[in-house]
Amino acid sequence: MQESTSLELRPGERFRNILTSRGFMVVVLLLLLVGFIIAAQVKGVSANSLLSLFVRGTLLGGTLALGAVGVTLVFAVLKMANFAHGDTMTFGAYLGLLVIMLLPKGPPLAPFSFGYEFIVALLVIVPLIGLLTFGLDQLLFRPLRNRRAQPIMFAMAALGLAFGLRSLVYIFWGADFTFYYVGRARPAVELFAGVRVRPDQLFILGLAFVLIVAVYFLLERTKIGKAMRATADNPDLARVSGIDTNRVILWTWLIGGGLAAAGGMLYALDVQLRPEMGWWLLLPLFASVILGTLGNAYGALAGAFIIGIVWQVSSAFINPTYGHGIAFLVMVLVLLVRPQGLFGGSK
Amino acid sequence: MTPLLLSKSVLLAVPLWLVISTLLPIRSSWLKHLVAVAVGFGLAALANLVIPVGGLSYIVTFILMAGIYAVLSLGLNVQWGYTGLFNIGIAAFFAIGAFTSALVTTQMPTGINATFTKQAFGLGLPFWVGLLAAGLIAGILAWLIGKPTLRLRDDYLAIATIGIAELVRLVFQNERWLANGPQPLRGIPQPLSCLAGNGCDWLPGFVNDFFAPLSARDYPYVYVAIVALVLYLIYRVLERAIRSPWGRALRAVREEEASAAMNGKDVAAFRMQSFVVGAVIMGIGGGLYAHYVVSIDYGHFDPLYGTFLIWVMLMLGGSGNNRGAILGAFVVWAIWSGTSFAVDALRPTLAAISPDLPSRGPYIRLLFISILLLLIVLYRPKGLLPEEKVVSLDRDLA
Amino acid sequence: MPLLTVENVVSGYGEMQVLNGVSLTVGQDEIVSIVGPNGAGKSTVMKLVFGLLKPWEGAVTFDGETISGMAPEKLVRLGLSYVPQVDNVFPNLTVEENLDMGGYTRTGSLDEQKERVYELFPRLAERRRQRAGKMSGGERQMVAMGRALMLDPKLLMLDEPSAGLAPLLVDMIFEKVKEINEAGVAVLMVEQNAKKSLALADRGYVLATGQNKVDGPGDKLLGDPEVARLYLGG
Repeated sequence: MQESTSLELRPGERFRNILTSRGFMVVVLLLLLVGFIIAAQVKGVSANSLLSLFVRGTLLGGTLALGAVGVTLVFAVLKMANFAHGDTMTFGAYLGLLVIMLLPKGPPLAPFSFGYEFIVALLVIVPLIGLLTFGLDQLLFRPLRNRRAQPIMFAMAALGLAFGLRSLVYIFWGADFTFYYVGRARPAVELFAGVRVRPDQLFILGLAFVLIVAVYFLLERTKIGKAMRATADNPDLARVSGIDTNRVILWTWLIGGGLAAAGGMLYALDVQLRPEMGWWLLLPLFASVILGTLGNAYGALAGAFIIGIVWQVSSAFINPTYGHGIAFLVMVLVLLVRPQGLFGGSK
Repeated sequence: MTPLLLSKSVLLAVPLWLVISTLLPIRSSWLKHLVAVAVGFGLAALANLVIPVGGLSYIVTFILMAGIYAVLSLGLNVQWGYTGLFNIGIAAFFAIGAFTSALVTTQMPTGINATFTKQAFGLGLPFWVGLLAAGLIAGILAWLIGKPTLRLRDDYLAIATIGIAELVRLVFQNERWLANGPQPLRGIPQPLSCLAGNGCDWLPGFVNDFFAPLSARDYPYVYVAIVALVLYLIYRVLERAIRSPWGRALRAVREEEASAAMNGKDVAAFRMQSFVVGAVIMGIGGGLYAHYVVSIDYGHFDPLYGTFLIWVMLMLGGSGNNRGAILGAFVVWAIWSGTSFAVDALRPTLAAISPDLPSRGPYIRLLFISILLLLIVLYRPKGLLPEEKVVSLDRDLA
Repeated sequence: MPLLTVENVVSGYGEMQVLNGVSLTVGQDEIVSIVGPNGAGKSTVMKLVFGLLKPWEGAVTFDGETISGMAPEKLVRLGLSYVPQVDNVFPNLTVEENLDMGGYTRTGSLDEQKERVYELFPRLAERRRQRAGKMSGGERQMVAMGRALMLDPKLLMLDEPSAGLAPLLVDMIFEKVKEINEAGVAVLMVEQNAKKSLALADRGYVLATGQNKVDGPGDKLLGDPEVARLYLGG
């Protein structure tokens, strides 16, 4: 990009600067939202359903956020696009199913549809998957780091891992979809203004929120969290300062993998368990991460909510199956206009 | 040797001739081909005499499918091997090629068929037109996608291509009017099927008489010759291309983008050309696929069969090497098919562990292939055959 | 006994040999400066001492212990601190957080050490919540040195501390280096700006093509016209 040495910017450049600015992007997103509302009016969609979709979008955003924060952290510290993250979520969800199946069945914890088994499963699976992803990192990615392999090799390995994890799910659980609690009633409750949600969904959103806040505290207030941010910022200097990179990497995977497992289980609780669910979420995950700036955890959070809402609300007037494609389109738009995302600095 | 075996041998000789001719270190072109034809026919005849009919039939279909995948692999080699473009959306071009060829070569359904099968158009044109159209449309798609996405960094390009493949899949799944999605589009014509039937009108009598013993179930012999010819043509064109100034420019673009830009070569243009050429080849592969399986739907082009397998093929065979691409296709397809036999053989053991397990055979094979890819990335990332060291044909030593 | 001894090291990057037998020492309270033309291997020596590069031949001793090829994480615990020439701050972290990272390996409270750094660099105290990446070149250099000082090191190694700074700031930086040394920290620095650094240094080494050429007291080297002509660009 050519730098302008004079203070006066040529009109074309000035225009381009505005187009790629953060403020403009926010404006476009708001306009998009307004556009949705208008389109919905035109199509005769009621305000209630629109609001419902908005709420659903927020919910989806919450679960996406858990995955997105993990992806962006791994990218920040390890400079790697983890294509296996979606299938990690799937694997975590299915292992959770295993735990639930093994435990003696208890009654549902009113007003939710799940019982104590789900809570136990969460407590067991989240750290377990965190450790597992760390183990896989040491086995697969560390040798690549040591030989300074090209980024493509990491992506290849991640791809292989993704398919490998999914094949394990297929082998042990088959290709059909299933639920954590088959056949259990999941009544909805009116929240406000005709918007109905299930109590489960409120739990999911609440838990996602709690986890995100926990991650915030860890990153901002703890020594290891600051070390993670430092390593992400300048890995060589982190080493030179004596920061133990291996510990940082361990914690990165513990958090990233753990959040993925939580996200997977929560998504499965809300919707269903199916072997492709993680891979299917990979696109929206990366869309959220790119929108919120690669490497920025809070950006990933914001991005996830935006993607979730756009996805759900768009289903009011286009074929719902294309909603998935909408996430992709948003991502491409961001990459074209402002690849550094909402929170990145100027190029 | 019966007339049936003789006609089969002649057909089987085609792929063998083509392979042998590329391997023979004979300078003189006509001599090389003469020898290759002779040896090829000899081997084909031998095979027909010695190998039982069922077994040989399986081998022929194996070569056929591996050949189609080899075409796709060559396409990927142009994008990744030459230019370093990380395309995880091969399935998109594969699918577009298949559906385009199908739509161009089938007839619009009429009468009662029209209620079951919907398609956007059906031109009833010949096979080779279908193939060319497949390549063309895939190339156009690549150009459209490439314009905005090719200037992105590797990882971003990869994600963008995943998205494209997903979108293409969604379209073919949902848009009934286009290609009958999600229902399969059937009745894709098989080229030269008349040869394995009642004889082709446009061929001279003696040819029809020669191939008269062939019946419909011998059709793969005919198709394998066609696939082999297309694969060979593409291979030769690519081998020429990488030795041309264009090919070397692609190399330069991949190795040192910065200095290539300073040499005045338009980096973006070369990346686009590579992307489009690769896509065209993938589209042709899609066309070949469609005319073989005769009935296609969006499910054929999922990330596993449509993208992942091909990456394993190229990585194993050796990226940057056209022979490697073809070799990799055959080896991985052999492994894929081989694991099918292995899983079948292990059926009793699997059933003993769990009654559900035998039906999940394909997933065991998927696990195996995934581990294979991981092993390749960790221990032999360059693949079996090294990148082709290219000495250019002309004296252009810029 | 000198604090740091580098004995006849031979090393390089990959297959390219850069150092062809370099030796130097740094005493407990000394400021030692390494000067020489570009490509002489000055920065390479420093990276080697700090364990970013392994010696192919020769040895490095620090405070009586052999540290040849020891990893940086261990060296910081022995009292060795290093400020690289470029990328020497954490740009997205605040000044305060940069200092925190500098003191990462220390147990106990960092407040006392941070106060000492803020006393040395009052400008930083004013800007402690500012992001390091948004600071000017001079301020960034201060953050970089402050970070390294958080370890309360015995030896501070500086790679071209004056690089890219305006002359006034160069003087300021060298003043600070003097202050740091007077507080009891030995300093080893690599410098392009030979005149000013030799004026400051107790002793200097002139390196060229990966070898020792001349060494001696700083002012003596400075005053020697031959040295200036051959190695320092006049």
